[in-house]
Amino acid sequence: MATETRVADNKMIPIYIMGKQYLVPPALTIMKAMEYAGYKLIRGVGCRGGFCGACGTAYRIQGDPKLYFGLACQTVVQPGMYLAQLPFFPARRETYDISQLEPTATTLFSLYPEVLRCLGCGACTKACPQEIDVRDYMAAAMRGDLAKLADTSFDCIMCGLCAARCPAEEAQYNIAILARRLYGRYLAPRSEHLERRLEEIETGKFTVDLEELKGLGEEELKVRYKARDIEPK
Amino acid sequence: MSGYPPEMQESIRSVEATRARRVGETFPAMSMEQREKILSGFHPDYREETFHAVRVGVSKGQRMPVELARVVEARPHVGADFDLSAPVAETDVLVIGGGGGGASAALLAQESGARVILVTKLRFGDANTVMAQGGIQAADRPEDSPSIHYLDVIGGGHFTNVPDLVEALVTDAPCVIKWLEDLGMMFDKEPDGTMMEEHGGGTSRKRMHSARDYSGAEIMRTLRDEVRNREEHIAVVEFSPAVELVLDDQGRIAGAVVVNLETGVYGYIKAKAVVLATGGGGRLHYQDFPTTNHYGATADGVVLAYRVGAPLGYLESMQYHPTGAAFPEQILGLLVTEKVRGLGAQPVNKRGEQFVYPLEPRDVEAAALIRECSERGNGVVTLTGQPGVWLDSPMIDMIHGPGTIQRALPAMVRQFARFDIDIAQEPILVYPTLHYQNGGVRLKADASTDIPGLFIAGEVSGGVHGHNRLMGNSLLEITVFGRRAGRTAAHYAGQVMLAAPNLAHVAAWNREMEAAGIDTDVISPILLPDYVHRE
Repeated sequence: MATETRVADNKMIPIYIMGKQYLVPPALTIMKAMEYAGYKLIRGVGCRGGFCGACGTAYRIQGDPKLYFGLACQTVVQPGMYLAQLPFFPARRETYDISQLEPTATTLFSLYPEVLRCLGCGACTKACPQEIDVRDYMAAAMRGDLAKLADTSFDCIMCGLCAARCPAEEAQYNIAILARRLYGRYLAPRSEHLERRLEEIETGKFTVDLEELKGLGEEELKVRYKARDIEPK
Repeated sequence: MSGYPPEMQESIRSVEATRARRVGETFPAMSMEQREKILSGFHPDYREETFHAVRVGVSKGQRMPVELARVVEARPHVGADFDLSAPVAETDVLVIGGGGGGASAALLAQESGARVILVTKLRFGDANTVMAQGGIQAADRPEDSPSIHYLDVIGGGHFTNVPDLVEALVTDAPCVIKWLEDLGMMFDKEPDGTMMEEHGGGTSRKRMHSARDYSGAEIMRTLRDEVRNREEHIAVVEFSPAVELVLDDQGRIAGAVVVNLETGVYGYIKAKAVVLATGGGGRLHYQDFPTTNHYGATADGVVLAYRVGAPLGYLESMQYHPTGAAFPEQILGLLVTEKVRGLGAQPVNKRGEQFVYPLEPRDVEAAALIRECSERGNGVVTLTGQPGVWLDSPMIDMIHGPGTIQRALPAMVRQFARFDIDIAQEPILVYPTLHYQNGGVRLKADASTDIPGLFIAGEVSGGVHGHNRLMGNSLLEITVFGRRAGRTAAHYAGQVMLAAPNLAHVAAWNREMEAAGIDTDVISPILLPDYVHRE
């Protein structure tokens, strides 16, 4: 099967899934190792490519006091790994009407007053599998700096590991998406060329051209296609 | 430290040796005749023995990959005697699928006055949308127009696209960009507000809008957040995929049977209209290819719509993305976004030579990579036997200035850094990977189908892209047709008076299967691929 990782050497390693030992090939990701061990995954699996945030995983290595975090689909197993998935973590999310908000610190603090409770401990940053400096963007949130919060949180995949570790009980990723939406709608510079194009479409500027193209046979379409001028890079 | 083994590093030295010269040289694009020749010689769609003409249903004779035919010519989860007398829920519009198409449809259906339930197989947002990196096309610059976009789309699709659908796609495109921005999506822009737009394969104008290389993720999380803001009117039910559509006595849609993936309990959701937005089928691994697709991409929508009699089309063509990761093994087949080539990186062979224009339409580009590795033997072969060619990413910073890669491709940088590969310094090994279902259920420009009450949006549909989709037109398709489907479905639901629901089509299907002599153990939709290792 195409997705089963081919193993260069056969030496198996022990890992512990929720405390139970399994022997798995050493080159597998945590996700594939769980499937190798016999799990049919329903929770804790989504895109399998590092984008959806479904497979947040916490693990320890035998003999090492540190707690590690990663995405199961992107992290390779190590001998003596003790792991548990956190596919869902309850987090507070405020509902709002984006069209009725003002892009200000007051909006942020009124919807998420707990922003101001952040202790700056950095447990969130340590847990982020995207290596985002969550503490830093929470500092921007406390200053009401929506632009910086939007920019520095941009690569967030909303896996929730930050919220799981937060002693101040913040839901950092929900705070961050509010800031990004406020920035995208209200603070980002307007695209005048887009507005002009919308007016042109509204007034039917392209209707005749498109009607003509739709009526063309394959041969004439091919002629026009070949004759297109290509905008230089 | 380089994540590449010494054998591969040797080939990288050859790539480095030719890099400075290549920055100023581009391999010429193919003529139409050359394109046809390389496709018939090397594209997987032309391997006749891997296809099967389906033996039952309204599109009998439609060719499709054998792996897809296996789930189409299969048995339903529930029998015709399944009890529909006590629905678990009732609504105006039932949206099946929690990706970008389903979310767009849910929003527009709700705005058009409908009560909405959205059911999805995994979590809301676990879909191919979230994985799309490169961008979304829209002709919104003065140098460009919807007509030019139209020609690019239809030429890329080998002139087989349905004209009305292409018109809808290119005309709605700028409106969709505006809609997304009003919802708070953060597009890449110049300080004066001008959209930063690049080429994609087969485009004649720069019209690829992006949000770094998290374009699909940004669209998905914005739409999902908006749906959640409307929880009073849109109920989202996760881990509950649909397994059968339900009709009424007059052959109109009357909802769907869904299954709770965790408990295995089936239930009937009664609905006046259904929007099917279930995506494609990459996880069926046609011809044993790896895939860029998410875990739930098992062609459910094609199966469901076909069993109630909706015609299929274009399923004889699948899209293989030219640049899937070929190394390391752990991320085999995952997407290396076309934006990497859009920004100037060239595909080169083991000797560091160019062999193809970097931005041919995807099917042509993929065929050229396969030829380079097979017939010409110029690929790099990894220790596990996987062939590939180099995608020379360090060129990007040489062309656009240091730091461009980190700024424009953070997801790619992060993905490879996890395996000790710095794509700003070293090239990426790539090989084609199963990416997209060009065909599917036939639709009209208002997103309706031949079945009253059934509307569709996105990869599950067929006709928009003809036989080959261009980059940046799928994020566009899901939003354009998602919105259209939501709106049309809501209006339809406002008018229809349903008769008694039934599953008579299931009995008819089973009889037709028997008459065709098809004896199978497969129950479909299969819902998830089976990756469990067995001794």
